[in-house]
Amino acid sequence: MKLTLKIWRQSSPSAKGKFETYQMDKVSEHMSFLEMLDVLNEDLVQKKEEPVVFEHDCREGICGTCSMVINGHPHGPMQRTTACQLHMRHFHDGETITIEPFRAKAFPVMKDLAVDRSAFDKIIQAGGYVSVNTGQAQDANAIPVEKDQASQAMDAAECIGCGGCVAACPNASAMLFVSAKVSHLALLPQGEVETARRAQRMVQVMDEEGFGMCSNITACEAECPKGISITNIARLNREYLSSGIGYDHEVK
Amino acid sequence: MWEYCGMSRSEEGLKKGLGMIRELQEEFYKDVFVPGHNDEYNPELEKALRVADFLELGELMMIDAMDRNESCGGHFREEYQTPEGEALRRDAEYTYVSAWEYKGRGQEPILHKEDLVFENVELKTRSYK
Repeated sequence: MKLTLKIWRQSSPSAKGKFETYQMDKVSEHMSFLEMLDVLNEDLVQKKEEPVVFEHDCREGICGTCSMVINGHPHGPMQRTTACQLHMRHFHDGETITIEPFRAKAFPVMKDLAVDRSAFDKIIQAGGYVSVNTGQAQDANAIPVEKDQASQAMDAAECIGCGGCVAACPNASAMLFVSAKVSHLALLPQGEVETARRAQRMVQVMDEEGFGMCSNITACEAECPKGISITNIARLNREYLSSGIGYDHEVK
Repeated sequence: MWEYCGMSRSEEGLKKGLGMIRELQEEFYKDVFVPGHNDEYNPELEKALRVADFLELGELMMIDAMDRNESCGGHFREEYQTPEGEALRRDAEYTYVSAWEYKGRGQEPILHKEDLVFENVELKTRSYK
């Protein structure tokens, strides 16, 4: 199939970027989206031009490294699909595809389609862990967890931290990401102990890093490649509000 | 690497392989094209450096395999086998770990031998029969 690609090129965080147009003549419908970009880059290197920088790692939808906005959708128009798992058969011959980096104040563009998502790492460092010393691995049945609760925790744990929710949100809010992390740990007995401190700290860092507020637009849920539900945001709000009472005196 | 420093190695093959890697290295340093610029984020430079590292590692594996004139573990040298075709170890000369000191590109690395001392177990040849 033949494609026209409009790709955002930007040489550095401070440089002015612009769209460049590339023609692709022999795209196989079996290629993944990233493989299609690999082929473009091979051509560019052959022509001694600069290849398009984009982030990629596992290419099987679990690492959260690929990050690009395809035709206006983070990770492309397919539901519950990361950019690496999106295949060219979902596009048609002769189509023009627009490819941009994730755009958010807290995710500065490093080069072309690669953005700096270390703001997410800082949020995780603030509370996305369990610091209770649990000793040896427990017997699986020693701490019973109700099925409903376990399922909800697992659903929240599906979040791969890609930042697609931030890119989808007009406010560039990271609430879906933070809420998935807080929910996942709050629902399990090992993580539940530190929920109050975790919610306070993670939200504080989220605000400091320049992410916007949530105004219930729900674009994040619609675009999330892992289908994380906004129910998690409701849970985060509840944990945040309830833990805010007396927080300064007790747990800071 | 697969052909000359793979499952079984011989001095002749290792010499040939080493020569081929050095030719590749020379070609790499003469002809390499790294897109991008020095003063910006450049993942292509990282890839080029990785290729340089692998060439160096391959070269050292060949040198080390050539130095070890015995068959031991995953290192099977065709010249050193028992009449039955099993690996022939030469403990009298090779009971050491090789640590190679890098002396720069195009220079021969220097071998430092760390003797293997067995205090609690006896050094024996394992029988797979």
